[in-house]
Amino acid sequence: MSTRQFGQPIKRNEDPRLLTGRALFTDDVQLAGMLHVAFLRGDLAHARIRSIDVDGARQSPGVAAVYTADDLGDYWQPGPLLVPPPPVEQIEFYQRTQVPLAKEKVCHAGEAVAMVVAESRYLAEDALDGIFVDYEPLDAVVDLESALAEDAPLVHDDLGHNVNARVTQAKGNWLQAEAEADLIIRRRFSYDRGTAAAMENRGIVANWDAKSQHMTIWDTTQAPIAIRNGLAAMLGLSEHQVRVIAPFIGGGFGPKIMMFYPEEVLLAWATMQLGRPLKWIEDREENFYATTQERGQVHDATMALKADGTILGVKDVFLHDAGAYAPYGLTVPVSSQCTLLGPYVVKNYHSEFTSVFTNKPIVTPYRGAGRQHGVFVMERLLDIAAKELATDPIAIRRKNYIQPEQFPYANDIVFQDFTQLVYDSGNYGPALDRALDLVGYEAFVREEQPKRQAEGERVGIGVVSYVEGTGIGPYEGARVTVESSGKVSVATGIGTQGQGHYTSFAQVIADQIGVKVSDIHIVTGDTDLFYWGAGTFASRGAVVAGNAMHAAATKVREKILKLAGEKLEVAEEDLELVEGRVQVKGVPQTSISLGQLAVEANPMRGGVKPGTEPGLEATEYFGPERGATASGVHAVILRVDPETFNLEIEKYVVVHDCGKVINPLILDGQIQGGVAQGIGNAYYEQLHFDENGALLNASLMDYLLPTAPDVPNIVSDHIVTPSPLNPLGVKGAGEAGAIPVGALFAQALDSAFSDIGLEVREIPLSPNRLFELVGAASAGANV
Amino acid sequence: MEQTISVSVNGRQYERSVEPRLLLSDFLRHEIGLSGTHVGCEHGVCGACTVLMDSAAVRSCLLFAVQANGRDVTTVEGLDGGHEELHPIQHGFWEKHGLQCGFCTPGILMTLVPFLEENPDPTEDEIREVLSGNICRCTGYQKIVEAVQLSARLIKEKPA
Repeated sequence: MSTRQFGQPIKRNEDPRLLTGRALFTDDVQLAGMLHVAFLRGDLAHARIRSIDVDGARQSPGVAAVYTADDLGDYWQPGPLLVPPPPVEQIEFYQRTQVPLAKEKVCHAGEAVAMVVAESRYLAEDALDGIFVDYEPLDAVVDLESALAEDAPLVHDDLGHNVNARVTQAKGNWLQAEAEADLIIRRRFSYDRGTAAAMENRGIVANWDAKSQHMTIWDTTQAPIAIRNGLAAMLGLSEHQVRVIAPFIGGGFGPKIMMFYPEEVLLAWATMQLGRPLKWIEDREENFYATTQERGQVHDATMALKADGTILGVKDVFLHDAGAYAPYGLTVPVSSQCTLLGPYVVKNYHSEFTSVFTNKPIVTPYRGAGRQHGVFVMERLLDIAAKELATDPIAIRRKNYIQPEQFPYANDIVFQDFTQLVYDSGNYGPALDRALDLVGYEAFVREEQPKRQAEGERVGIGVVSYVEGTGIGPYEGARVTVESSGKVSVATGIGTQGQGHYTSFAQVIADQIGVKVSDIHIVTGDTDLFYWGAGTFASRGAVVAGNAMHAAATKVREKILKLAGEKLEVAEEDLELVEGRVQVKGVPQTSISLGQLAVEANPMRGGVKPGTEPGLEATEYFGPERGATASGVHAVILRVDPETFNLEIEKYVVVHDCGKVINPLILDGQIQGGVAQGIGNAYYEQLHFDENGALLNASLMDYLLPTAPDVPNIVSDHIVTPSPLNPLGVKGAGEAGAIPVGALFAQALDSAFSDIGLEVREIPLSPNRLFELVGAASAGANV
Repeated sequence: MEQTISVSVNGRQYERSVEPRLLLSDFLRHEIGLSGTHVGCEHGVCGACTVLMDSAAVRSCLLFAVQANGRDVTTVEGLDGGHEELHPIQHGFWEKHGLQCGFCTPGILMTLVPFLEENPDPTEDEIREVLSGNICRCTGYQKIVEAVQLSARLIKEKPA
């Protein structure tokens, strides 16, 4: 057996195409006769539509069609509910999902009102000026608490209120914990909206070929199979008549799995109306309104503790901003609810949330997907408790950690995948020790920080822990084929947005089949090449599809050995797979190449034994019993510029446990990129809506993404606690970097301003906001 | 209304009749089919559309195609000498995992070409500074910095 590929820092198979500009992204698709689409979007967040006059647009040069809601007839339907409410007792749930084009009123700024199809994108955009919409402006629902007031304006008039859902989950007995507590910490925490801002905006090309009765759609989606199934149903087509291709995608981060975006529904329909291929490419401004967002929540949280720092219980009551529609069900707030518990023993927990409709863009999961909020609340409560108890923030965490012998650890509540929240594995103490060591905790707090603070610097340290449910079901599949060239082709249903699947999956397969990683060609996200699957989300690609790859490759290996044993007339156990050949152990001259074997497995003449499948191919599926539990510790030392309140991150440490690591190079990249997004979320990125629901910073000039000078080098290390729930022992890692950064910054800033008693209770911050908070803390006031 | 322009792109001369308002990025991507240049924001912030015009890094979304008339443009497709051999910067990025989704990558590579010509031994701070006009949402920049450091070494080692 050659060197094991699993675990090696192998450079990526996909990179040469990306580096030379020869990878196909959606906007690169060019078809003969293609028309271009532009959308007129509501510039008010909440307004009744009195009338729409599109005559001017219809007469505009190069325009092929203009559509409003009325033109869609029966095709105009609210989108499906993607995730039903979780199986929790006494849940209240009111379903309102997005519509293809606004009909009676617009419910958030940027909601599509009309669609123009023209010979070029320039002409389509020109024609938008010829559409006149007569709006009656309505008061907007922006603030979460005000949304629940008796006299609040209504996002959905027929509902009679702005509640999307109310969910309570509890375990143990919170009231008793509260009664027995030596210390009660009670605070309000808020977390506000940001946007994923993938560098590639969304885009769709839809081509209905009337002669072949076949639809091809290129879509920047994270879930091509679900898009195919849904669009086929909406259009009255067989799933076999629709091919959805998710080609190279310029970043996903969650919003590209929202289904069904109005543009997806409309382009697929309009290409059938017009008989010509259509392309729509979102521009950056549209992306700020029409692509989903996340993170608005307000938590009223209480923690009960014993004097020695033991957590007796937590009560958390929170509001979740669903935006104008809630197609993704309760995935985000349920994740907040579950992730709050973290790596700690919390015997008594009462969590209730109200998901609220607002006149703001739709909320669906964005990298972390509600986990940030839970971690922020829990970690802040512990920090505040540590201060009250005059213990240190490390000791209180360590005291409450779930111990290695307690796994699997049942939390007795329901997770976002609808299974019980049970942690499969974990080992938190060593991760904490390693992080403290790498950040130099003792030396910093004992010597460096007091010295530098005395010299007038503002330097702080933070160390936080988190647990992340990853790799949830239901399942994914893979088909592995040895071709007559001896190379291996592979297909799976999930899409790829930069995670390195073409390489990490190849590593898993290479170990079974004994070929070079670079000789394995993987296709993701083409529904004609693989029919079944769910999609790329919830840090599940490596776990679920990765294990399907392993299963299929193992099966192909069995076929190879069986056939080679017959051909070479040796026992299978005497054979080994080495560099594209099957050979007799110790007798490499007695061998057969995989390519030759593939030809033999697909004979042109002669009989085969009944029941024999042709080829060296296998299709296998993997579905975990439940998600794998990743965890980690982040630590930071940061300095606040006393004049500008800009931050200098002097040291950033991540110690992460995602089980066995397939490719450490790719893993480090995922962690580093996640942290950069977390830093943006914590200190730069906030969507500012005014009282009318207008978005005030809808451009990259005003919404600040972290740039190279803003993001530090990250020191990372790994603790490996293999997941017992899958054969590869892997856990997801895609979201981990982004999750705890808000909590981490809050602790470090409190530390830098401990003399004035700063207590950060909100994220995102900014230099301005920190300046205000520090000023207020100095004056002993709340702002 | 349309104007005829003649632009050299990657050493090949293109003559086209274009509207004056046509962006250079759209000209490259859609008129002459060089879609390796990506468009991320269309307001000059993200840097994905960066190309070389007369050897200087410019944002093709902030230029009209007519402004490239008579000029010499190089896009990412021109970096590897037409499939012949990866440019040392491309090698650096491949070796160090300096890209994930790869969407911002062409603009970053083109930003670096003149930078590394002028600064064959850049410090980390200088690298981060020159990259500050290119947004990458995937990598956190750390491996991009490592890739640039390796690229600088590879350029020096490359036989002239």
